Amino acid sequence: MAVVEALDLHRTYRTHTGTIRRRAKEIEAVKGVSFEIQQGELFGLLGPNGAGKTTTIKMLITLLIPTSGSARVLGYDVVKDAREVRKRIGYVFGGERGVYERLSGYDNLRYFAELYGVPPKIQKQRIDELLELVGLKGREHERTEGYSRGMKQRLHVARGLLHDPEVLFLDEPTIGLDPVGARELRSTIASLTQAGKTILLTTHYMFEADALCDRIAVISQGKIVSEGTPGQLKSRVESGNVTEVEVYGVPDETVERLRGLEGVLAVWVEEREQTQVLSVQTRADVQLTAAILGHLNGTNVGRVSHREPTLEDAYVALVTEE
Amino acid sequence: MIARSPFEGYGQVIYPLFFATVAFFVFRAGDSPRSLVYASLGAAVMGMWSATSTTAGGAMQRERWHGTLELLVGTPAHFALVLLPITLAMATIGIYSLGATLLYGRFLFGIELEVVHPLQFGIAILGTVLSFGALGFVFAVTFVRFRAAWALGNLFEYPVWLIGGFLVPLVLLPHWVQPISWVLAPTWGMNAIREAAAGGAPLDDLLMCLGLGALYVGLGILLTERILRSARVNAALQLS
Repeated sequence: MAVVEALDLHRTYRTHTGTIRRRAKEIEAVKGVSFEIQQGELFGLLGPNGAGKTTTIKMLITLLIPTSGSARVLGYDVVKDAREVRKRIGYVFGGERGVYERLSGYDNLRYFAELYGVPPKIQKQRIDELLELVGLKGREHERTEGYSRGMKQRLHVARGLLHDPEVLFLDEPTIGLDPVGARELRSTIASLTQAGKTILLTTHYMFEADALCDRIAVISQGKIVSEGTPGQLKSRVESGNVTEVEVYGVPDETVERLRGLEGVLAVWVEEREQTQVLSVQTRADVQLTAAILGHLNGTNVGRVSHREPTLEDAYVALVTEE
Repeated sequence: MIARSPFEGYGQVIYPLFFATVAFFVFRAGDSPRSLVYASLGAAVMGMWSATSTTAGGAMQRERWHGTLELLVGTPAHFALVLLPITLAMATIGIYSLGATLLYGRFLFGIELEVVHPLQFGIAILGTVLSFGALGFVFAVTFVRFRAAWALGNLFEYPVWLIGGFLVPLVLLPHWVQPISWVLAPTWGMNAIREAAAGGAPLDDLLMCLGLGALYVGLGILLTERILRSARVNAALQLS
């Protein structure tokens, strides 16, 4: 039996615009997401900002009720058996919020240990072990208002592990961390899977998903667009080339015409500060540089370069496809 | 957490000075020592109620601003058992208000408060505090769903002063107000405190106060699951 099962999850938000004449607006954030996570797996949910990662994870950890579809964690339904699910999962949102700033790190953990029903006899030992694991030993009695972002993030991880959950949900745990802090946290996450925990990790960093995850699902605009091991995702891009052209305002029609060219696998545009970078991934057996530049006639063009495709190209191509 | 900040603590001691001053000047016009004792006790309980009503909503709003409301809901603990201690704690902070008001009455206005039954007086105060906490709990449950509802806590601050009989005797209010006051536990708590101080029989009032408080707790527990479900459907937990 899969540890986490999501079956055709949908989630729509209703908002209102306007002050005097209020109009209701519906936003469909998750449009039919399905996946399964097996015991001991580190599963990545990879996607850009606004793709629906956080909404999906909040449905699985019982904070949001799906508009339709269902999900089970360890066999318990996330809507009907919410309390049973909560006993067995931990989750880490990260970020500056989510701590009581006037309390010390230790007191924050003590409070949540009580709420998670950690037996009093083992609370102290468990908290000490977790403080050691996340590298906060020696700073635990300071008020968290004085903690750096990285320290707060590590406190979140400790809080998520207080009751030794079987399944852990991590929502962009390394965002905003410096490279050293992020690397340490990834190392901690890897050690948790070695300890037998099942983990769902959301991230928008391809290299993080590649380095940590056993399997990755790429989510874009509320839908899973691809799923597989990092190796399987890489095989989508092992062959071929990527031509990068620096442009200054490329029309959408031009991008569509390039997509239609024979031998073109994917086209995407990245915004840089003063320019755009148009990337065209092509099959290995075609040479399309002249054709690409021909279609850009009338557009200001800067540098042109060629390189081999990376896993990040596969990700960008997947999430920018309409 | 509130106790960690000295400013919050000073507020509970200084704020009641204003309640006490208004009440004493109003009742001093009557030139009756009993009226002044009535005012003194009423002003003291006014302070206790204000401490509870405004902070019950503020507590939930604070959880939203900290980003901890979702974390609290996401634990396996029954949410009512998370909320109730918070509102009870808020209500006990009101005891500072009560003490400060009685001291102001004694030293600024020369009101000698003689308590005929001190033990019953203490129990009546405790019972009133518990009932305030229970009523604050019901408010706080609704604040989980509607983030603007914290304003209701402020809205109910002054009406309860009147309808609870803290400031003026209930017999002076319109007839249609009295049934409303009967279902408010603070009304009975106030009566119990005054009866105990005056040497009357506070037991019936105290039992009504505690009974209504228990009813509020039961109501709050029943509402909790429904309100939380609504909050999860409407994604209200993540809003700050």
